Amino acid sequence: MKYLLSVFMFISSLAMAAEPVEPEYVLVIKDHKFEPEEITIPAGKKIKLKIVNKDSTPEEFHSDDLKREKVILGNKSGFTFIGPLTPGRYKFMGEFHESTAKGVVIVK
Amino acid sequence: MLSTAIIIFREVLEAALIIGIVAAATRGVPGRGYWLVAGVMAGLLGAGVVALFANSIAEMASGVGQEVFNAIVLGIAVVMLAWHNIWMTSHGAELAAHARSVGNDISDGLSECSVLLVIVGMAVLREGSEATLFLYGIATSEGAGTMSMLSGGMVGLLVGAAVGYTLYAGLLRVPMRWFFTVTGLLILFLAAGMASRAAHFLIQADLLPSLAEPIWDTSGILSQQSIFGSLLHILVGYEDRPAGMQMVFYFTALISIWIGMKWVARSAKPALKKVLSSEHG
Repeated sequence: MKYLLSVFMFISSLAMAAEPVEPEYVLVIKDHKFEPEEITIPAGKKIKLKIVNKDSTPEEFHSDDLKREKVILGNKSGFTFIGPLTPGRYKFMGEFHESTAKGVVIVK
Repeated sequence: MLSTAIIIFREVLEAALIIGIVAAATRGVPGRGYWLVAGVMAGLLGAGVVALFANSIAEMASGVGQEVFNAIVLGIAVVMLAWHNIWMTSHGAELAAHARSVGNDISDGLSECSVLLVIVGMAVLREGSEATLFLYGIATSEGAGTMSMLSGGMVGLLVGAAVGYTLYAGLLRVPMRWFFTVTGLLILFLAAGMASRAAHFLIQADLLPSLAEPIWDTSGILSQQSIFGSLLHILVGYEDRPAGMQMVFYFTALISIWIGMKWVARSAKPALKKVLSSEHG
């Protein structure tokens, strides 16, 4: 158990040591919808996507095209990194509210 | 109700396939049924705890605690699966030939069973915590839909469990001659696939470079989201758009476990010969 904790802390310290150099884009979840529903990012670059959940219930940012899944709890925010990507349209959705929460990342 | 069923099914499926394979692969190990059940229970308990602490976990490690946690859980499973395969290499032949010496058997059986518990527990923990969060999300947003959500979840759970059981039953039909080879290979690829997924989480968290992504794009030919594609993804680690780093992890796991198994097999042979000859001598 102690070993596990120290492994976890080691990996966490790697995260803390990493300096954020990527540009940051923000996606808001409100009323089980994404705002904006379209985000345009440059091709060939790694970018940081901040997801702010303004709903009180959790949502899962899920994209098969971007190969990203992340649960964001209610009234919390999280972030993930995407790219470098080739030009195109990459769909994403809120897995817990698929019918209303959807959007696309346009890579130019 | 259908969407709940499908999502719960996907979560359960992965754990069920792993449990099915591991249950088959540990055939002959005394008392392993109880340990399997204990593993599932421990995993469910753990999933509840993880869901409870989801917020704190998410905020750890500068906001990528979730990814780090998933990577660690997968990493532990890889190590445990590797251990099992290497253990099986030296003991599998004995189990198949019913050549045992009681003393060794009990302590070895115990350590294998505790490894089994961890493997099963980790699988249930991983899938269960995501399912728990999902169910919580649905329960709190669609107040009136609780009954349909619950029944959808039950359906998904039952169908997933049925698939896992089918795999288990199917494996048991493999002739003894090939049985441990087949289960050994399944576990080998399971472990490699998990190593690749652990790498994916660390890439998502920007803790590992992707080293070129995607190396190939076969999503047009066989999408990872299709039924067959996702089965292949779980069982063999198939990725329709893998990152280079994922492939590094995949092949490193595959090759190291394979080498470990071969090395143990060579040193186990003389010991096995001794056991067999003392039985029949």
